[in-house]
Amino acid sequence: MELKEKLVASFMAFEDQVDVDAPVHDIRTEAIKKFEVEGFPTKKLEAWKYTSLNPVLKFDYSVFPKTEPKLQYGDIKQYFLHDIDTYKIVFVDGKYSSYLSQTTHDGIDVCLMSSALTKPKYRIIIENYFNKAAKNEGLSALNTAFSYEGAYIHIPKNKLVDKPIQILHLATGTETGLMLQPRNLIIVDENSHLEVIERHQSLTENPVLTNSVTEIFANKRAIVDYYKVQNDRQSASLIDNTYISQKRESHVSVHTFAFGGKLTRNNLNFYQNGERINSTLKGVTIIGDKQHVDHNTLVHHQQPNCESHQDYKSIVGDSATGVFNGKIIVDKIAQKTNAFQANNNLIVSDKATMNTKPQLEIFADDVKCSHGCTIGQLDESAMFYLRSRGIPEKEARALLMFAFSNDILSSVKIPEVKQRITKLIAEKLNVKLGFDL
Amino acid sequence: MKYTEEDLREELKTKEYEYGFYTDIESDTFPVGLNEDIVRAISLRKEEPEWMTQWRLQAFRGWLEMIEPEWANVRYKKPDFQGISYYSAPNKKPKYNSIDEVDPELLATFKKLGISLDEQKKLAGVAMDVVIDSVSVATTFKKTLAEKGIIFCSISEAIKEHPELVKKYIGSVVPPKDNFYAALNSAVFSDGSFCYIPKGVRCPMELSTYFRINQAGTGQFERTLVIADEGSYVSYLEGCTAPSRDENQLHAAVVELIALDNAEIKYSTVQNWYPGNEKGEGGVFNFVTKRGLCETNAKISWTQVETGSAITWKYPSCILKGDNSVGEFYSIAVTNQYQQADTGTKMIHLGKNTKSTIISKGISAGRSQNSYRGLVQISARADNARNFSQCDSLLMGNECGAHTFPYIEVKNKSAKVEHEATTSKIGEDQIFYCNQRGIDTEKAIALIVNGFSKEVLNKLPMEFAVEAQKLLEISLEGSVG
Repeated sequence: MELKEKLVASFMAFEDQVDVDAPVHDIRTEAIKKFEVEGFPTKKLEAWKYTSLNPVLKFDYSVFPKTEPKLQYGDIKQYFLHDIDTYKIVFVDGKYSSYLSQTTHDGIDVCLMSSALTKPKYRIIIENYFNKAAKNEGLSALNTAFSYEGAYIHIPKNKLVDKPIQILHLATGTETGLMLQPRNLIIVDENSHLEVIERHQSLTENPVLTNSVTEIFANKRAIVDYYKVQNDRQSASLIDNTYISQKRESHVSVHTFAFGGKLTRNNLNFYQNGERINSTLKGVTIIGDKQHVDHNTLVHHQQPNCESHQDYKSIVGDSATGVFNGKIIVDKIAQKTNAFQANNNLIVSDKATMNTKPQLEIFADDVKCSHGCTIGQLDESAMFYLRSRGIPEKEARALLMFAFSNDILSSVKIPEVKQRITKLIAEKLNVKLGFDL
Repeated sequence: MKYTEEDLREELKTKEYEYGFYTDIESDTFPVGLNEDIVRAISLRKEEPEWMTQWRLQAFRGWLEMIEPEWANVRYKKPDFQGISYYSAPNKKPKYNSIDEVDPELLATFKKLGISLDEQKKLAGVAMDVVIDSVSVATTFKKTLAEKGIIFCSISEAIKEHPELVKKYIGSVVPPKDNFYAALNSAVFSDGSFCYIPKGVRCPMELSTYFRINQAGTGQFERTLVIADEGSYVSYLEGCTAPSRDENQLHAAVVELIALDNAEIKYSTVQNWYPGNEKGEGGVFNFVTKRGLCETNAKISWTQVETGSAITWKYPSCILKGDNSVGEFYSIAVTNQYQQADTGTKMIHLGKNTKSTIISKGISAGRSQNSYRGLVQISARADNARNFSQCDSLLMGNECGAHTFPYIEVKNKSAKVEHEATTSKIGEDQIFYCNQRGIDTEKAIALIVNGFSKEVLNKLPMEFAVEAQKLLEISLEGSVG
């Protein structure tokens, strides 16, 4: 049975299993109808021109994992940012793992989507926020139809969250194929500050497909720093849909580190619903083998005096394919917008491919919008400089590549995350850098 | 008295499309509608050989199965393809031996357009082919060119007199079924220009085609084929106007350029079709397919100034097939009032050491929408390919839009591709600076726009650059941001 039919057919069973009276019932039903009509996106769609889901959809995924396998903290410690204290929300095969997690209701809510969706005390918040930023289309609709579990974070007014929050999705591989659809909702109220680190990790070579939706609401003057670490095994694929709705004077930054996975698609959407907003989108992509990473970003400037900064760098090797599709829309009333987009790519092998499509759609006249995009190689003279000082070719190359991606790291605010990413880059480039940051 | 924005706006409203007149020339127009019989009839009227008729019919059958493309960033009411006439020609004396025989009515038309065929005779410099309602009516300087072995004539004449060349090259760069409009053109094209430059010849003058749509309810479908044989050089110009009508007229042309080894073709266009009135009614739909093929060491350079048309859908492209070949694209697209333009280029790098440059300047004013859409493709075999693209947009007023859709596909690690785009408006400080020095606002804008588009204007042949500069000023009057 095709995956689409399987999903549509299992929707009834899913609705039975969860609380059908929940207020999201209608939203779910509408979403599955939408998915039934649209199905999985194909290359015929402009937004999916360079990414085909066919190699990922051919596996037989189980939609409902059966048992909750026991994992020891020691086995998975390496996937955590363990050298600093953090809140942790851990899911194993899509189910919440209470003994691995560390949540709180003390002043802030760091807990679960499933309880937010069912408990009456969250009802008003769910009505106001759930599925309000996400678009009802394609894969997001599919996720909405099956939305049940994920992280729910609500930071009330004037709180500085004392430590970062880690969201970790683990796949154990007890099923031969597994499809996960986590749904996260993050609300940050006025003047509050939040840092989140998100990671998806599978523990075996069994294929995993994750179709995740995250909605982030940043209210007045809120600050949100979000880090996505994508260093999964090459049997796992990830479709990440993130929708960010910003109110005035809020600052949201999303850093995406795409190193792993068979196919990774990041749909990152920013909607600016107020004045003097700042949005930052940054990413480093280092891929090889037959990996495929597609960054699809949208920044929609809907109000005047806002800024957005985008900076994506990729290093594409072997037979890998990198895709960047960035879109900036500036509405008629969004005067004095300052939007900047840069996309720099290095192609380091003959079989590698890079497709990039930076788009500007501008309807306002008093704006400063620019984008720049390059595809090239390492500077030969810089290579020569290093080689002439006795640095072996491989290390020299790695150093230059590291320098190339370092711009992005400089805006990472948690030192431990920066260290971790530096280590991952060194690992990925297969060298010892010989220095720490 | 101070010259204010209001005055400017007033002036603009009263300023009409000055080429909007209609000349009453008796013409032979086919009944409206399109079917195989019409295609056959066109072919028969042009006294074409059987292979050409078959070629047209094949294109027509292909066209029937195609659907109109909708991906472009333009919105319009689709033309009714059965509601227009596919053939219209001035019918007095189909052939002219010298300019003196040309219908005086026609000559007067050209005078009005600012093209004097008499003058052309004296002012050595430009050889011209004039196409009215897609039928070639006059070609100047034929003799001088023939001495050098250069063939410059209408394409229907070429089909009869040089069938071997036409047969070999027509449809080789833009296949008849390439796209919806190219297929339509291949089926019904009524005339166009043909040009062949023999080996090693440097064409001594600019070759030029002038297009005009005159009849109501007709579409214009012309086809241009330029072949530059090994080591030759040619510079080719194209200009166009149409009468003001409140219906939309369709123009679907195909231009094919073939630059063989070491040849160079320079193709410049100043497009000034009727853009519609200030309410956005009428105007020409301009759906054009232009493509050039470069063999080894060849160079094709497209320069375009797009100021007219209600809708522009045009992507002059280069296929850089041979090693060391060079493609260039310089464009200024100006939209005002309700005009919509979706234009850009495709640079397909297939050969080694190929180079391409794209400079695109978009200026939007009024309620217009101006899009740049371009593709740079570097194939796996194209070692050391190099591309530089720059797209700048200038916005005037807050009801217009500027959009950029660059596609970059690279499959080779030695490629170097750069793309940059900016969007801005004319700064108040720039205007202030000019005002302060006694330059009024209107002139200041013209000055700034000229500076903005200088890189492209510089690429035009001199006579054209002057015309283009004037056009820019006219199209943008009253658009103080």
